[in-house]
Amino acid sequence: MNIFCVGLSHHTANVETRELFAGHRETECILRNAGCAEALLLTTCNRVEVYGASEKRVSTDDIARCLAREIEKDAHEYAPAFYRYEGEKCVQHLFRVASGLDSMVVGESEIFGQAKKAYESARASNVVGPYLHRLFQRAFRVAKQVRTHTEITRGLVSVGSVAVDLAQRIFGKLSDCRVLVLGAGEMSERTARALLSRGVTDLRVSNRSIDRAQELARVVGGRAISFDDWPAQCGEIDILITSTSSETPLLRPEDLAPMLRDRLDRPLFIIDIAVPRDVDPRVNEMEAVYLYDIDSLESVAEQSLALRRQQIAAAEAIIAEHVADFGEKMSLGLNRAQNPEHPAIGENSLRASEL
Amino acid sequence: MDRYLLIVSTVCFLAAVVRTIAALRAGVFRPGRFNFLAVGLGFIFQTAFLSIRGHALGRCPITNLFEVFIFLAWSIALIYMLIGPAYRLSLMGAFTAPLVFLIQTFALLAPIDVRHAVKLPANPWLEFHASMSLVAYGAFALACIAGVMYLVQERQLKTHHLHSVFYHLPPLTDLFAAITRLLWLGFALYTLGVVSGFFTGHPLPRPQVVAAIGVWLLYAAILQGRHFRRLAPKRVAALCIAGFGAALTLLWGITFSAQTHTLP
Repeated sequence: MNIFCVGLSHHTANVETRELFAGHRETECILRNAGCAEALLLTTCNRVEVYGASEKRVSTDDIARCLAREIEKDAHEYAPAFYRYEGEKCVQHLFRVASGLDSMVVGESEIFGQAKKAYESARASNVVGPYLHRLFQRAFRVAKQVRTHTEITRGLVSVGSVAVDLAQRIFGKLSDCRVLVLGAGEMSERTARALLSRGVTDLRVSNRSIDRAQELARVVGGRAISFDDWPAQCGEIDILITSTSSETPLLRPEDLAPMLRDRLDRPLFIIDIAVPRDVDPRVNEMEAVYLYDIDSLESVAEQSLALRRQQIAAAEAIIAEHVADFGEKMSLGLNRAQNPEHPAIGENSLRASEL
Repeated sequence: MDRYLLIVSTVCFLAAVVRTIAALRAGVFRPGRFNFLAVGLGFIFQTAFLSIRGHALGRCPITNLFEVFIFLAWSIALIYMLIGPAYRLSLMGAFTAPLVFLIQTFALLAPIDVRHAVKLPANPWLEFHASMSLVAYGAFALACIAGVMYLVQERQLKTHHLHSVFYHLPPLTDLFAAITRLLWLGFALYTLGVVSGFFTGHPLPRPQVVAAIGVWLLYAAILQGRHFRRLAPKRVAALCIAGFGAALTLLWGITFSAQTHTLP
């Protein structure tokens, strides 16, 4: 029995090609008809992959045809976009995918849930057997171990999520935080929504056009404040998000200093996503004030990515260990299923040469 | 025999230190339960040592500089164990273990375990005064550690350079709340210690009294600044470090002068 993986991902194909071969509900059944003893389809926005186990080789072209939706050209023409891994390489590839090492954003954990969902769906359709069962169970174990023992998932890599995470680093629980959104633009709305999703309940919106402020306040469940009144709010709030189109800074240290006198023990987190900036950079030098502009947020995101990249070697080491162990166990015939739903493989156990 | 217990205890704290350093070098800063277990085990051996020494002396084992240091290390470990689990498991152990390890190593290596020729009579007020003061020092030590953590976190947030350790530090406001709690706890115990010192029935050396009241005033000033929001959290954190330095110097002075003179 041979375990293999055929697919295409953001590494090898653009989104149009991936759309053409996204598979469909019947794919797994068709694959079984094509000669696969077991088959599992993993589809995400970045990849379409078929994991299979078969006695005889099922060609990549056949699998591509099974995956194809409605295409005008012959599936063979897309062959260069497909990759194929067999045996040990396939095991290693799946472990890397499940651990987020093969993802567009290294270390993202969404793929883990997607792989689990694909497995559950295939299991419900009775298209996976003992080989893929063992393979995927081990892949989930590896992914968990990688997440626990490395920093691969640490840090945040998008500007909005970085802003929210920094707020949590400063305040802990955000449910008691008061937030003022200055400028009802798209970015500030997105950041405000992210904060609301983390528990913020007191949200105030101020904009030059009070109508727009009221509209955004209504949409996100906050309250609108007149643009003339926003400076006075700085004494009360904990987080300020600014994104106005002002040509000159709206907030300078000399404006802020009198308001901070009575709140010296409470930090003020300012997220300035406006270009040109709304807040004078010197504000960051003030006691208990943390100012992040768009560049510094991007810099933090970049640092998080760099941190994740540093962890790739550690994650690869864990994966290599599991690949070797998995191959050894399978070749020794230790793959007798303990789960009654998955009967023992017995004489069909994988040969060492196949892994 | 009792010193062996202390050596084993020191090894436990060393294990926590080594684990922390290894984790930092690997860039995987996850102190977790190992540090807590190592510190917990070290604390058990410390307690066994103090118990044996206390039985042998027939009084609280704080009769020389060596015992004072061990009692201080024990107090730090005790306060660490008593602090809430979330706070403890995040990073506190990683910062506590090196401090306790250094204190115990110094105590073991320095020739300061001088036994008194005559058995010292028990003096409940004196023992209460000394033990309360030392447990207060333990709280001040942890406030100092929390202060270091606060400054590290604050610096990273200000400079926008976030190291791996950043993701394991508690939020700034939680750290500041912990500093405040530890300061109040330490201050209350220290006040008891200072006041009971006047009931020991022995004349108190003027420099020691002045220094003890000086430390008490320093912590009172920090708490007052904190309470009335006159001090920024960063300054409170820095003052916790300075305050503990001053308190440690005073402790050294008291025990050193007590050893050079006849103890009650």
